[in-house]
Amino acid sequence: MPNSVYSFHGGLHLDDHKSESLTQPLQIASFADELILKVSQHIGEPNTPVVTIGDRVKRGQLLAESSALVSAPVHAPTSGTIKAIENRSIAHASGQKAECFIIVPDGKDEAIDVEIRSAESTALDKAALLDQIRSAGIVGLGGAVFPTAAKLTTANQHGIKTLIINGAECEPYITCDDLLMQNYASIIFKGISYLQAILQPEKTIIGIEDNKPAAIKAMQQALTESSLSNITVTSIPTLYPSGGEKQLIKLLTGFEVHSSQLSFEIGILCQNVGTCAAISQAIDKSRPLTSRVVTVTGPGIKNPGNWFTPLGTPVSHLINLAGGYTIEKPKLIMGGPMMGLTLKSDQIPVVKATNTILVMDQQEQEIAQECIRCGRCTEVCPVQLLPQQLYWYSRTHQFNLTESYHLFDCIECGCCSAVCPSHIPLVQYYRFAKGEIWDQRRKTYKSDRSRKRHEFRDARVAKQKLLDEEKRKLKREALAKKKAAELAAKEKTEAESSNSQNADAVQAALERVKARKKAQQVDPKNTTDLTTDQQDQIDEADARREKNKVDDA
Amino acid sequence: MLILIAVLTLSFIAGSFGLILGYAAIRFKVEGNPIVDQIDAILPQTQCGQCGFAGCRPYAEAISKEEAPINQCPPGGESTIVALADLLDVEILELNEENGAHSEIPLVAIIDEMNCIGCTLCIQACPVDAILGSAKHMHTIIEDECTGCELCLPPCPVDCIDMVPIKQTLADWKWPAPETLSGNQHA
Repeated sequence: MPNSVYSFHGGLHLDDHKSESLTQPLQIASFADELILKVSQHIGEPNTPVVTIGDRVKRGQLLAESSALVSAPVHAPTSGTIKAIENRSIAHASGQKAECFIIVPDGKDEAIDVEIRSAESTALDKAALLDQIRSAGIVGLGGAVFPTAAKLTTANQHGIKTLIINGAECEPYITCDDLLMQNYASIIFKGISYLQAILQPEKTIIGIEDNKPAAIKAMQQALTESSLSNITVTSIPTLYPSGGEKQLIKLLTGFEVHSSQLSFEIGILCQNVGTCAAISQAIDKSRPLTSRVVTVTGPGIKNPGNWFTPLGTPVSHLINLAGGYTIEKPKLIMGGPMMGLTLKSDQIPVVKATNTILVMDQQEQEIAQECIRCGRCTEVCPVQLLPQQLYWYSRTHQFNLTESYHLFDCIECGCCSAVCPSHIPLVQYYRFAKGEIWDQRRKTYKSDRSRKRHEFRDARVAKQKLLDEEKRKLKREALAKKKAAELAAKEKTEAESSNSQNADAVQAALERVKARKKAQQVDPKNTTDLTTDQQDQIDEADARREKNKVDDA
Repeated sequence: MLILIAVLTLSFIAGSFGLILGYAAIRFKVEGNPIVDQIDAILPQTQCGQCGFAGCRPYAEAISKEEAPINQCPPGGESTIVALADLLDVEILELNEENGAHSEIPLVAIIDEMNCIGCTLCIQACPVDAILGSAKHMHTIIEDECTGCELCLPPCPVDCIDMVPIKQTLADWKWPAPETLSGNQHA
């Protein structure tokens, strides 16, 4: 039987208050007059409706989906008419509204036609299994509502050695997983077998807190009846928050998932028992996730119990099924007393994350006193943080320091707030600090983007300016060239015309000179009246000249 | 003799350090002014010009040269002033009212598309290219990219641009600060 159980730091022994809601067997809730089905019920990309107002839908029909990997579709829980798609109050700390389908059930509860796989048909391969899980809209039903198919796909890439099935259910009052294990252990094991087929883990450990002996017995019984191997059902000591993913891993394997590490990085994957059951339903019966077990309990309810509840059922309907309130001013909490969310009204619908509706007495909130530095918060912190330091830094808005003190490893389990003798709402401070840091990150992201866009625009404008300048320059040059050419042509013609004028003038001048020369011309008189001697000398000279000319030639 | 050795030794050491420093100054030369980047990272990048400079980076440059005080950024408000004071180790100042008022609720511009005449003047004014449209065609604003700088308001000839607060969604909702015994105490 159980393999050795390790321990985790801190934690709290709380009054478990589980017996109240275990007095009744698991029942099936009737349909409310109106179902308020939230369009997006998971962590990740939001869904878009694929049906419109007035459409008649059947059970299991796809109502909203997203093409993103990290998303999970939403299906109709029963047959009926879409009366409206509008914003309704939902379970959110802000009190804001979100888009919901308003479905009026017709009472026939007709299902869409599906092909149901017979037991003999060939086993589905990994991709087909993952596809089925995804299209069935299955999310982590432990409370995180992370799309299961996306988680399995990522985990598969890392290789999983140990598969852990979380049946710890450590928060007080909650018994939905307990009853599920008691009544549907074989279905859970069917789901585990599909997980094993996808992940091929070396071993599978089912962790159940020892305050649920009936569930442990049922699970062990189902294990011996099933043909599955390498599975152990381990009873773990009841200590809040043993059901936290990292705490359960430490308890069952002794491995510690480090800060900012994810469990599958060390080869371990956790799945809630409810998720396993939903996987089995999706694959064996082709039934998408449209209902879940919800515990209705608390000191303010008449008949506490567990109900198979269609998603979208208003809380008030469940309260009626449980016999109504027994107190005048009930305080409604969705989830457990430690981590649950206070609801502002009972018209808020059940979503995939809803495990419990807790009806508490309105209690006077203790007035917070100054921190006395007792250090009890540090003793109980299951993540081994320094809650006191985180408190100081959150309170004084030194968010960068909270981050260096690993604020984001805080699982908001509430142990520190529960033990604080000064009643300081410590978790509130951490949530506030986380919100501020996220807000700052969003702002930084946006301003970085704006800077880039502005720089790009500046660069583009500068480039355009440069190009325009270049263009202008080229045009200017071309223009200048053209002008110069025109000028040159003009000058040439001018020069030509002036040249002909000059020639005339030269001619005239030459003629003038000629005329003047003619006028001035005087015949030399030294060749007249020559003596014979003189004549002879002249002739002699002429002959010599003539001879010289010939010689020269 | 002893003195000479001492002097020579010290001169040698000084000389070699000088060489190392000289080499480092060239080898590890930092281009630009790194403090400008740090200041620019703190500024909100709305590029609105309310500080009197042509955008966030020119203002960052002016701050780094001590030509402008740190309290001229209305979109950044107190948190930006505190961050700048922290970075530059100067005194925290009140936001200069002449530059404008800080609004806690972020705004985005919205074009009334019925009245837009398609003049493109706002497109030319937008510092982050967040307006889409072309001449004589309707313009529209990419809300995610709009910094709320309001620079598109004055050029619009038909006053069809409005500044509206950004709607808070479930995705960007944040937990409020818990009330403490003596109120919220800032550091």
